[in-house]
Amino acid sequence: MKKIVINEEYCIGCRLCEVYCVSQHSKSKDIIKTFKSSEDRPVSGIVFEENGYTTFALQCRHCKESPCTTACLTSAMYKNNNEIVLHNKEKCVGCWMCIMVCPFGIIKPDLKNKKVASKCDLCIGREVPVCVEHCPNEAIVLKEK
Amino acid sequence: MSKSKFRTDFKIVRDMEKCIKCQACARVCSNDAHVYDNESNSIISYNDKCVGCHFCEDLCPTGALTIKRNIPEIKFNSHWDSYSVYNIIKQAETGGVLLTGMGNDKPFKEYFDHIVLNASQVTNPSIDPLREPMELKTFIGKKPDKIELKYEPYKLEYNKPELKIINYKISTKMPPQLVLETPIMFSAMSYGSISLNAQKSLAKAATEFGTMWNTGEGGLHEDLKPYSKNVIVQVASGRFGVDIDYLESAAAVEIKIGQGAKPGIGGHLPGEKVDTEVSKTRFIPIGSDAISPAPHHDIYSIEDLKQLIYALKEATRYQKPVGVKIAAVHNIAPIATGAVRAGADFVVIDGMRGGTGAAPTVIRDNVGIPIELAIAVVDQRLRDEGIRQQASLIAAGGFRSSADIIKAIALGVDAVYIGTSALISLGCHLCQKCYTGKCNWGIATQDPYLTKRLNPEIGAKRAYNLLRAWSLEIKEMLGGMGINAIESLRGNREQLRGVGLSELELKLLGIKHAGEAW
Repeated sequence: MKKIVINEEYCIGCRLCEVYCVSQHSKSKDIIKTFKSSEDRPVSGIVFEENGYTTFALQCRHCKESPCTTACLTSAMYKNNNEIVLHNKEKCVGCWMCIMVCPFGIIKPDLKNKKVASKCDLCIGREVPVCVEHCPNEAIVLKEK
Repeated sequence: MSKSKFRTDFKIVRDMEKCIKCQACARVCSNDAHVYDNESNSIISYNDKCVGCHFCEDLCPTGALTIKRNIPEIKFNSHWDSYSVYNIIKQAETGGVLLTGMGNDKPFKEYFDHIVLNASQVTNPSIDPLREPMELKTFIGKKPDKIELKYEPYKLEYNKPELKIINYKISTKMPPQLVLETPIMFSAMSYGSISLNAQKSLAKAATEFGTMWNTGEGGLHEDLKPYSKNVIVQVASGRFGVDIDYLESAAAVEIKIGQGAKPGIGGHLPGEKVDTEVSKTRFIPIGSDAISPAPHHDIYSIEDLKQLIYALKEATRYQKPVGVKIAAVHNIAPIATGAVRAGADFVVIDGMRGGTGAAPTVIRDNVGIPIELAIAVVDQRLRDEGIRQQASLIAAGGFRSSADIIKAIALGVDAVYIGTSALISLGCHLCQKCYTGKCNWGIATQDPYLTKRLNPEIGAKRAYNLLRAWSLEIKEMLGGMGINAIESLRGNREQLRGVGLSELELKLLGIKHAGEAW
């Protein structure tokens, strides 16, 4: 399975990965439209870390033994046939156990609807996730692991 | 404090219909030309801080940014142009020497643009390089005056006198040679003046392509040792990083006397750029200024130069070519002959368009001569003296395309160095602010926030692509001329014709005017 690998030494901290992630998960998939109309703006599935000149963008690692899927009461957090960890909003009850157990802290809460707001789905349906495709310095790459 | 009267040359145009306030521009600009204001949730752009590097423009995900030239318009005056006026204003405010980076940007005559190439028609066949072999292999080093052959009777295993084959072997000992797959090498750019990632990109590309890169005067960083088979190391007036390992690990050694962008001027790497790694590589204390004196203090004559050449040859056991790099100045031809007679295996001539990390603007823009004329007169002088074979000739300084390179080779050089064009392949947009250490492209800086912007994997690919593209174009042009090896074009000035050049210019270049037949 191909996974996203981070080369933090080449991350320039532009945070364009987040911009593309948000627009990819919006209805229109158009950057300007997504950001100009505030109603349709999902939360990005990326957690951006910064300390001095070290920066990197972290997405779900799609762990082999994933604590979030184990902890989920309703199987809202589940693994599909391709070993990709996905989240089903319909089933989510907003207990946020997944957020508690995620060792990388990449699951973000939706405070308003009391649900899980965002999680990387590896841009399911696309060959290459948008963050990988648009990273200007190849700091995020897709690699067979 | 009185208000500054200086104005910069750029205007930041932001299309607010497209700007999504993602703040990428504000995060990356090292000059703080874009600043995000939390209170008003807006991005404020300051024209006076923009240097025109176009990094933000390239990064903007929606194309909302355009950086426009906005030269302050004073009342029209053909003598007192805006550039001169604002330089005076700047100096009136600072009282300092104006600094700049990259090469001479003044509108001097571009001789390459006044030279055209020949092509085959009817009487001699042109060659299709895609279907027939085309040789760009280049050898740099002293060539023997003559080749001696030694007769060696071929010994057959079984005794058959009628099968006796006459066999000759070359008995002349060949001096050490550098073998290049293409006559294009990367110019000397030191670690310190450019980032390690930039050097790594060039080193990788040169190694993969089978050509040479050059350490410049800043020593060889240990991370670059794997690429030392393809490195020419420099020994300059500061002698930074020079030890026996440095000399022994290299493919060739180059003594730097001068640089095309600043002939007669030394170098000064400010202490702020001398971090742990630079200090280790240059063998100087952290934070100390790295000063390369203008002259080598042990070279005041050709005889002194000879001593250093032979000291380096002794040190490397005569296994490596030792060359001399000089800037193209008025007396270039006799100086080059002197260097060749002093024992240089190759002579590098750096023309006035050659780049630099930092130089006084007045020097960069006014000192030196065009490389085209320098090549022609040096090649001619060496031929007249009958010593052209004793050294290879390398030209450097502002080669913009493969056409410039092929014209230089036809004028008489063996290979060329590309510096500025190599950096452009890595991202450089010629903002000429190398001396500030704030290069947004991660090239001319040691700031860890900025150096990481140049991923050497991407850089190496791009520099390799440039070498490949130019080599293919050179093959195409050679094929058109009906020549199948770059060796046959070298110094073949009959393939060149001048357009719009005076008689004296044509004489100096050693070419005929367009319209004249062979």
